[in-house]
Amino acid sequence: MTVQDTTRTDTGAIRYEPQDGVLLEVEDLYVEFHTADGVATAINGVSFELRQGESLAILGESGSGKSVTAQAIMGILDMPPAVIPQGHIRYCGHDLLTMDEEQRRKTRGPEVSMIFQDALSSLNPVFPVGWQIAEMFRIHRGMNKSDALDQAIRLMERVQIPAARERVKAYPHQFSGGMRQRIMIAMAIALDPAVLIADEPTTALDVTVQAQIMSLLEELQEERQMGLILITHDLGVVADVADRIAVMYAGRLVEKAEVHELYRSPAHPYTRGLLESIPRLDQKGQTLAAIGGLPPNLMRIPPGCPFNPRCRMAQDVCRRDLPALREVAPGRLSACHFAEEVIDA
Amino acid sequence: MPEVVLSAQNLVKHYPIRRGVLRRTVGHVKAVDGVSFDLHKGETLGIVGESGCGKSTLGRLLMRLEEPTSGSVVFEGQDWSGASPKDTRRLRRDIQIVFQDPYTSLNPRMTVGDIVGEPFEIHADVVPKGGRRKRVQELLDLVGLNPEHINRYPHQFSGGQRQRIGIARGIALNPKVLVCDEPVSALDVSVQAQVVNLMEKLQDELGLAYVFIAHDLSVVRHISDRVGVMYLGRMAELGEEDEVYARPTHPYTQALLSAVPVPDPTLRGKRDQIVLVGDVPSPANPPSGCRFHTRCWKAQDVCSQQEPQLELRDDGHGAHLSACHFAEPRVIVETTDVSGLQPDTRFTTTEVGDVPDSGAGLGAAGGGEELGSSQADSTAERAEAMDPPARRPDDLSALTEDPQDRPR
Amino acid sequence: MTEATITESSSVADPHDAGDVGEERSLASDAWRSMRKNPMFWISATMIAVFVLMAVWPSLFTKTDPTFAVLAESRAKPGDGTWFGRDIQGYDIYARCIYGARASILVGLFTTTGTVLLGGTIGVISGYLGGWVDALLSRIGDVFFAIPLLLGAIIFLVSLPDFFNDNYLLIVLKVVFALVILGWPSLARLMRSSVIQVKPNDYVQAARALGASPWRVIRSHILPNALAPMIVVATINLGAYIAVEATLSFLGIGLQPPAISWGIDISSAIVGLRTTPHMLFFPSLFLSLAVLAFIMLGDVVRDALDPKNR
Repeated sequence: MTVQDTTRTDTGAIRYEPQDGVLLEVEDLYVEFHTADGVATAINGVSFELRQGESLAILGESGSGKSVTAQAIMGILDMPPAVIPQGHIRYCGHDLLTMDEEQRRKTRGPEVSMIFQDALSSLNPVFPVGWQIAEMFRIHRGMNKSDALDQAIRLMERVQIPAARERVKAYPHQFSGGMRQRIMIAMAIALDPAVLIADEPTTALDVTVQAQIMSLLEELQEERQMGLILITHDLGVVADVADRIAVMYAGRLVEKAEVHELYRSPAHPYTRGLLESIPRLDQKGQTLAAIGGLPPNLMRIPPGCPFNPRCRMAQDVCRRDLPALREVAPGRLSACHFAEEVIDA
Repeated sequence: MPEVVLSAQNLVKHYPIRRGVLRRTVGHVKAVDGVSFDLHKGETLGIVGESGCGKSTLGRLLMRLEEPTSGSVVFEGQDWSGASPKDTRRLRRDIQIVFQDPYTSLNPRMTVGDIVGEPFEIHADVVPKGGRRKRVQELLDLVGLNPEHINRYPHQFSGGQRQRIGIARGIALNPKVLVCDEPVSALDVSVQAQVVNLMEKLQDELGLAYVFIAHDLSVVRHISDRVGVMYLGRMAELGEEDEVYARPTHPYTQALLSAVPVPDPTLRGKRDQIVLVGDVPSPANPPSGCRFHTRCWKAQDVCSQQEPQLELRDDGHGAHLSACHFAEPRVIVETTDVSGLQPDTRFTTTEVGDVPDSGAGLGAAGGGEELGSSQADSTAERAEAMDPPARRPDDLSALTEDPQDRPR
Repeated sequence: MTEATITESSSVADPHDAGDVGEERSLASDAWRSMRKNPMFWISATMIAVFVLMAVWPSLFTKTDPTFAVLAESRAKPGDGTWFGRDIQGYDIYARCIYGARASILVGLFTTTGTVLLGGTIGVISGYLGGWVDALLSRIGDVFFAIPLLLGAIIFLVSLPDFFNDNYLLIVLKVVFALVILGWPSLARLMRSSVIQVKPNDYVQAARALGASPWRVIRSHILPNALAPMIVVATINLGAYIAVEATLSFLGIGLQPPAISWGIDISSAIVGLRTTPHMLFFPSLFLSLAVLAFIMLGDVVRDALDPKNR
């Protein structure tokens, strides 16, 4: 294989170099779930890239495919029933989907790591948290036990766990939800990954804790110049953290834009509808409006634009032709036949 | 001000903690510890707070699903606590509940007609037997579901539709008070708006009073007339929506409000965020004095010694109830009044019906085709397993039915 | 077409949303839909049907009287005028295998019904009420659970008065009684735990909030959702009880001649283990097939009712 852009460090692990600042590139990805009732297309030709130090939010509702995208990147999809019929997921130019198992293991984890929504079920309940963090160093860095534990304590202090040295021997259930999420973050950044994927990292937490965790993530990203993929349904969290936003609907990217532009003038009716349907803390007397209806069944995505049955602007062309994700303004992509009108609306 | 329909008077619920072979009581979890408020006819009282603050227990106490340790619930002047079983049954017609999780709140083995009709079976004198089916269909129509779907089972509906069924069951007996325990927190944003609008419509039409329990401060602000903020089993602040949101005087309310992300990137870095230190203390061993003093930046000696009473305190404009020795108004969110603005109907609708595509979300379970083959369910299981659970139980649910309706 | 009303505003009619009457959700129909696709179900169901038929109308399968001994042809090999040969008394083994089904099926069915009723009721009561009732019932269950089934049954059967040996049904009931007494705790435990799982569900709370009586809550909300695990275990147990009956009869304390049972036949065939193994083989085969059929059915039912095991 070609190794012009990778160097080996002294521990033998491969070090990747981003190409033109691009860390991760997902290209025309499809994921299908094969069930007895038919094939559900969870991801339907998704492409995006993540640059060094950038935070990209993937925004979507249940069933939009946002979590499946993350799982596909991490290689933790259950196959079967999941099938990836086509597409590429390139990390620094190397396709994770075609890479051999050994190399993939050395990439996913140390280079691309992930934090989950539910920290309690992601931590092993029978081992102390310090031990679990230290294990990362022992396995991937070949450290001895006491060095690894020292590292673990340092890391726990970094994610602001009070009295880390005393609590290193505590078990996951002895921590509160927010603290467990911090431990998850510590494990995720332990090996200095270049890409961090956060799948609904704060959804299960209380608002005051949510704010703490989000600012910790931001801080760490800044400090380590990681690429951050934030997967969420929460438009509020996105507005606070992300640089760019990719909006998913029924397995497709429907809009991609810089965060300010997207909130100021969305270019897809779905995004627009979402923004109108959230109650806002800073508004009073607001009339809530809803996007009527429900997302489509992934086994029977309607012809044309998948959003057309719910779209109040839909014309015949929307029911006939699938709109391509196209550049509608500099740096802005939208998959709507009438994107220009939506932006101006 | 309209008359008081429901009033909580110094409600207390302590759960004993038992240890050892003899199950000796070694302490109490003070889930709700002295909460009082009045609910007026036709109004919405929002109860907000973080997990473990006792807001759900409060809802169950109001519903008499749990017996209070002390204190009482008074409905239209009648104390519910000492009521005879017969009176209790009658009172249940007037106070009903809507639950959070649309996936566990409906019996998977009953049809929608049976679920919504069950109240009439239990209170047989409300609607004569022959008219029940028709009444159930009227109720379904009222909550924006297709009355023809009376024979369907819960798994054939999406989360939002199920929540509508739960609401239909709740209003079947024409209650005066509806206790809503996180009714929209399990729903997607766009569906959430539909259900919130439906609840507002029903309130106007039926004159319901809501106790709206939720953790989402934005939704609570939107729907509530008055708001109570709970912390560790006690009410920290209680007042009109505007008083609590625009002029909060309790430091906890201020911290809570400052933590809520606002969907507006231009405010990034400009909002003044109060970051609280530490975690919520255990309700089994709440701090002395003011329960918030361990995390409060204003705390002084008096706070740990003397418990501040929930009383009228100056908020700069007038006064509202607050339980802080050093209550002082502070603007956390700049409120814009948008009551004149109407949403752009080219993109969204304010209609509450579920009409446009009741079929679209039914997923694999919809109507005529067979479901329930083993593989479909196992996929749902796996999809569930892959997908972070908790508050978003239905990611990929369009793909298969929800496995929770299955016996385990 | 009832959907016409709801599709008016969307031009794309929903092709998969045909009728408004959905599939049924009763336990049985749920299981049935999944089972009928499973070949194992058909195999085990056919076998069980045949055994039940044997139990009800043994004369459909053989015209020979199983108690008609031809001593002269004692230990005859299969084929010599009989299908399975004759045993040590000169009885027709084939006929005895057919007639033996009745005892096994009866013991299996009665015992299962008894344990389900007793164990299920106690389980529901202790799961629903909780508190000291639960503690008391659970401890009583533990006491019975601690007695080894076989040992307990032996002691129990030996100590019963001879009155029970008078007629066929009493002998069967005696064995059933012993097995029910010793077998209910496992089902009670199972039922208790599934009731405890179902009870906190919001739909149970909603029914309570509506003022439903405990009986109503149990009948329409808890039972239908808590029954599945017990049905599975009871089906598998049915096979196991047949085996236990045979074991007890083999030991000479279960059914006793003149009753006909596979266990008794196996026992009496032991003497010819080396010389005439067919005397042992056929009753054993029937016994194994019957046990297997029920255990297989139990597995199928489990798969049908419990998506977790798929």
